[in-house]
Amino acid sequence: MTALTEAGAKRRSGYAFRPPASLTLICLIAALAGAALVALTMGAAGIPLARLPAALGLWADASASSTLARDQLVLWSIRIPRIGAAAMVGALLAASGAIMQGLFRNPLADPALVGVSSGGALAAAAAIVFTDSQIGQNLRFMQHQLLPIAAFAGSLATTIILYSIASRSGRTSIAIFLLAGIAIAAIANAGIGLLVFIADDRQLRDITFWLLGSLSGATWPKLATLAPVLGLAAIACLSIARGLDVLVLGEAEAFHSGVDVERLKRISIVLVSAMTGVAVSVCGVVGFVGIVVPHLLRLLIGPGHRLLLPASMLLGAVLLVGADTLARTIVAPAEMPIGILTAAIGAPFFLGMLLRQRGLVSL
Amino acid sequence: MTAILEAQSISMTVGGATLVDGIDLRIAAGEMVAIVGPNGAGKSTLLRMLSGDLRPTRGQIRLKQRNIDAYPPRFLARHRAMLSQHVNVTFPFTVEEIVHMGAGDSGRAAAQRLVDAALGEVDLAHFSHRQLPTLSGGEQQRAHFARVLVQLTCGEEQHGPGLLLLDEPTSSLDMRHQIDLVETAKRRAQNGTAVIAVLHDLNLAMRFADRIVLLHRGRLAVDGGRTDAITAETIRRIFEVDVTIDYTEQGVPFLLPQTMRPAGAPTA
Repeated sequence: MTALTEAGAKRRSGYAFRPPASLTLICLIAALAGAALVALTMGAAGIPLARLPAALGLWADASASSTLARDQLVLWSIRIPRIGAAAMVGALLAASGAIMQGLFRNPLADPALVGVSSGGALAAAAAIVFTDSQIGQNLRFMQHQLLPIAAFAGSLATTIILYSIASRSGRTSIAIFLLAGIAIAAIANAGIGLLVFIADDRQLRDITFWLLGSLSGATWPKLATLAPVLGLAAIACLSIARGLDVLVLGEAEAFHSGVDVERLKRISIVLVSAMTGVAVSVCGVVGFVGIVVPHLLRLLIGPGHRLLLPASMLLGAVLLVGADTLARTIVAPAEMPIGILTAAIGAPFFLGMLLRQRGLVSL
Repeated sequence: MTAILEAQSISMTVGGATLVDGIDLRIAAGEMVAIVGPNGAGKSTLLRMLSGDLRPTRGQIRLKQRNIDAYPPRFLARHRAMLSQHVNVTFPFTVEEIVHMGAGDSGRAAAQRLVDAALGEVDLAHFSHRQLPTLSGGEQQRAHFARVLVQLTCGEEQHGPGLLLLDEPTSSLDMRHQIDLVETAKRRAQNGTAVIAVLHDLNLAMRFADRIVLLHRGRLAVDGGRTDAITAETIRRIFEVDVTIDYTEQGVPFLLPQTMRPAGAPTA
């Protein structure tokens, strides 16, 4: 591990330039606003920039026409909730990736890569099959509330199993961590496969949605689930940022520096699971956001979590709003599942990271 | 002198093996103690117990008259600082950011002053904006020492003399920086800090420590002043090496290894 970081880092200058935090955040907020604006205008039903203010109701349009009514319908009942969901899911996924990497002290950790998302998706799929079945039909009315809770529980169980396998007396083996993640993802996917096998047609349609990942199901009630989780997560992120910084020294050193390591680990695990689980319950498994975003940001602004976590939320939002816009338009009027898109972009990126840090795998 | 740290017959048993066996140790403010001993004597385990990281299976440790288990980690960190043997940083933090971690939650301006001072003390001021993983092992070790110094100073400014624990702090340093580091620790001791350092180099230990604690197979073999703790006889018995002990003109003892015992070399 040391050999790899040394070799990798020595190739670069080794001197770190850090732009001011305020500048970073302002740029990212501007980028998010830009991405949202583009996303508002594009889609199966195009809304030119000139018609946007009227459709948003920013000023009254005297020529109230059928076009305006259509624009308003598209924006308010489809596009805005969808952009909101994309932004929040992106923020949750990117920040949960950053926390997981800090917790495992490993830049290759990603909730989707190591099966945490799959665990959540398995639980969500099980919840669908259960509530659609004879036994569980009484719970059908609360399927919307049940899915995020099930996904959270599934993600939490997966993260705890992963942690207890990969960590022994304060040391985390990267190889065991990644291999255990692959095995856990395989088990979860086998479970999902089994559910697909026994599901009826309607259940099958719902489950397929998780397998591919899509934001087409975004509605206002789902935003109402996402928003409080994101808000709480943002606050929690700030409270664990210093602890995650010091944890980079190792668990023993973090303890010596005054960090309550056990508490920090518990909070991080619950946080990663909640953020991943809720994101999964809204849009299925969307991979690689959690690995690409924090990695890019570490190169630009450094690894300090106090800035990395909020910046990850913003850049994750930008990335997913952009990816979703692409997914909506690239094969219009059909729609590409966003999970396919992020994997197509993220997987080569991940391979590139591996190539730069080849020594990591020999560990 | 008041005792900063008192260990009463502490033992550590892991899976039937006794790593540390009934050690009593007391260290006062302003004292510098070197822990020496052969590989596997239990030095690092003892130090980790004294730091509060490992809980002894028997016996108890009191830090400033309070049981060490009673300190929450945040408070413990203000009374004792510890430098571990191997610290491996995976993310590209700069030297300055790493040293800053020692300051905990103290104010920004005050912390910056301490960080700059500590970087000067370990001779790394010119590397403050370098990414830590790009430095050599010895330079990284010095950066971590600076971090620990900042933590110690932060705590001492609020709570008076603290405890500084060093686990083989010189293991990857060149000769000059070995002496620099031990001298820095010694200066802290002269300002009231209680310093305990696991050292491999007996000469370094005899030159700077007020007291030398010699461990052998988990037990305390010798605990004494630098001249009476280390004798050729003790070294032969515990390290199984013949040595010559001589004195500089200032009366500082130094030690020269001769050869392995079985070779039947003349005894000193």
